Amino acid sequence: MKDKILKPLIRWIIVVGSVFLIITLLLYAIRVNPFEVYKLLIEGSLGSKYRIARVLNVWIPLVLCSCGLLYTFSLGLWNIGIEGQIMLGAIGTTAAFKWFYPSLPAIYVMFLGLLLAIIAGGLWALFAGILKTKGGVNEIFAGLGLNFVAQGLILWLIFGPWKRPGIASMSGTEPFDRHLWLSVIKGFRVSPVALSISVFVFIATVIIFKYTRWGLFFKAIGDNPTAGTLFGISVNKYSLFAMFLAGACAGMAGFFQTAGVYHRLIPAISSNYGYLALLVVMLANFSYWPVPFIAFFFACLNVGSIQLPMVLNIDSSLSGIIQGLSVLVFLCVYNFQKLKENSLE
Amino acid sequence: MSTEFPVIAATVVGGAAPLVFAALGETITERGGIINLSLDGSILLSAMTGFAIAYKTGSVLWGFVVAGIVGALIAGIVASSTLFLRVSQVAVGFVLALMCRDLAYFLGNPYSRIQGPQLSYMPIPLLEKIPVIGKIFFQQNIMVYASYILIFAVWFFLYKTRWGLMLRCAGENPEAAYIRGIPVEKLKFWFTVLGGFLVGISGALYSLSVKPGWGRPQGAEGIGWIALAIVIFGGWEPIKVALGAYLFSFLQVAGILLQDKFPSVPAQVFQVAPFPLMIFTLLFINYFNRKEIQEKALTNPVLRILSKILKANPPASLGKVFYRN
Repeated sequence: MKDKILKPLIRWIIVVGSVFLIITLLLYAIRVNPFEVYKLLIEGSLGSKYRIARVLNVWIPLVLCSCGLLYTFSLGLWNIGIEGQIMLGAIGTTAAFKWFYPSLPAIYVMFLGLLLAIIAGGLWALFAGILKTKGGVNEIFAGLGLNFVAQGLILWLIFGPWKRPGIASMSGTEPFDRHLWLSVIKGFRVSPVALSISVFVFIATVIIFKYTRWGLFFKAIGDNPTAGTLFGISVNKYSLFAMFLAGACAGMAGFFQTAGVYHRLIPAISSNYGYLALLVVMLANFSYWPVPFIAFFFACLNVGSIQLPMVLNIDSSLSGIIQGLSVLVFLCVYNFQKLKENSLE
Repeated sequence: MSTEFPVIAATVVGGAAPLVFAALGETITERGGIINLSLDGSILLSAMTGFAIAYKTGSVLWGFVVAGIVGALIAGIVASSTLFLRVSQVAVGFVLALMCRDLAYFLGNPYSRIQGPQLSYMPIPLLEKIPVIGKIFFQQNIMVYASYILIFAVWFFLYKTRWGLMLRCAGENPEAAYIRGIPVEKLKFWFTVLGGFLVGISGALYSLSVKPGWGRPQGAEGIGWIALAIVIFGGWEPIKVALGAYLFSFLQVAGILLQDKFPSVPAQVFQVAPFPLMIFTLLFINYFNRKEIQEKALTNPVLRILSKILKANPPASLGKVFYRN
């Protein structure tokens, strides 16, 4: 019993401690006072109601994308194309809004937008999945290539068919009608719908992995694809299914970015949240429980770092460095400990 | 941009040089069985350091040396974490790709949009006088000439030297190689580092020659991923990998030319055009690697030639963790 609680606890203390220590040393190395940075990051992200709302607005797409990635990672698939899947979700949303409003009531158009976002994101991911299973193109390159294509598609739409009347600009399409904005909690600028759907998706993911046959198959195939084939589970079918689910989650994130945060289609609609979600899931060691907490931590870093250029005159890309370094140190220290434990046994 | 053939061809050759360095560096690394996925960030970080050092010291040479070292260090992290800590190479490489990009932007801030030294042209006497060819190949800078030599050096190393043979063994069947007394871990480590050094040089080539200067975006974003795809395109064989680099450079130049022809289409659309093409080429190559096509090729001469050119066999242990016992 003691071993069961104490050992993992010590392991986690060492891992988290090392991450913290190395980040502090790095900050010293680049001549920045680490404690000033930490203070700013905390104040900048949790210092006011307005800032917490911004953190939650980042948390929503991060959790959605991370849930999607849990499906693909459980099969050993690297869905790097998740970034493009968010963009397709955003395109789907904008398309529904442009095509069906005002001929249909706003609430229906919202539903259609969400549906189209899910389908567009899912199909985009499915395409990468088909390239992998049928064409033999590694999903890392297929996904990545499709990310760039999606970016090109958004730019083409913004500068072409969906350009603002008069002039097209990098600032995006014309803002949507106010009726098509997701309503927010007053004074707290977060959409309760977006928040509750994200929580729901997370709970559903946990239930799927823990209690359903699908979840069992995902885990079984991920652990040993050959055994999966022997038991009559079609690995390809599950790979495509997992890709679609991941894309659908990312598409949903795209919907919330478009209808809830920016209220129009902009070139940077995905804000790199797909890539960030890949780091979240890696730091969670590919399991679901830590996902919402790590996503929250990363969201705080992202929002808090906006203060850095203003106050300390340092570039906000520091948050990316902290995120990357956390994952890198975690992977190394965690594996080092596991190796040490194995050699002791 | 001039539409004269030798000028376009010279641009293609010059633009391909950094890709040749990066893709051949990665070829060496992958031949040893390790995937260094960090290329994209690695190229940006070394581009930034290369420019910053050249600016501070006034010496382009130092820029290249330090950029190479930066690339080597990043590759060293990938190699050591996977060889000694058994962490997934793909995971470490991917994290480094993102982190080094941010690090490059963060540390490179003070060097943004300033004038700095860059590689000067160095036509080769006599050779430059050869009609057409001289203009295309021999009126370039010294690193472009170095890239020509590198292609044959890597080919010679892999297929004609003992070390090359040992490295290929370590990549194909590390367990067997280890039993035969080949220092598998050392080989994998040092050749990953060497590959990383070449990737670093590639970064400096961007900031000191092809897209001189540093800024955000630098213009080399996404190139690391392309280089990784080119290695697959070239079937892990140096000459074919280099041809892939030239092909990609041609596509980029073609994109710029087409942009002049269709000014109403936004520039960004042409910038992303090479990426779907990359997917198509990978798809095309994989088609020829299929069993049924290989079988058909036995009787069909056209297919036989095509499949001989396009067949690609990855090193058998590529990306796998090596367990000594």
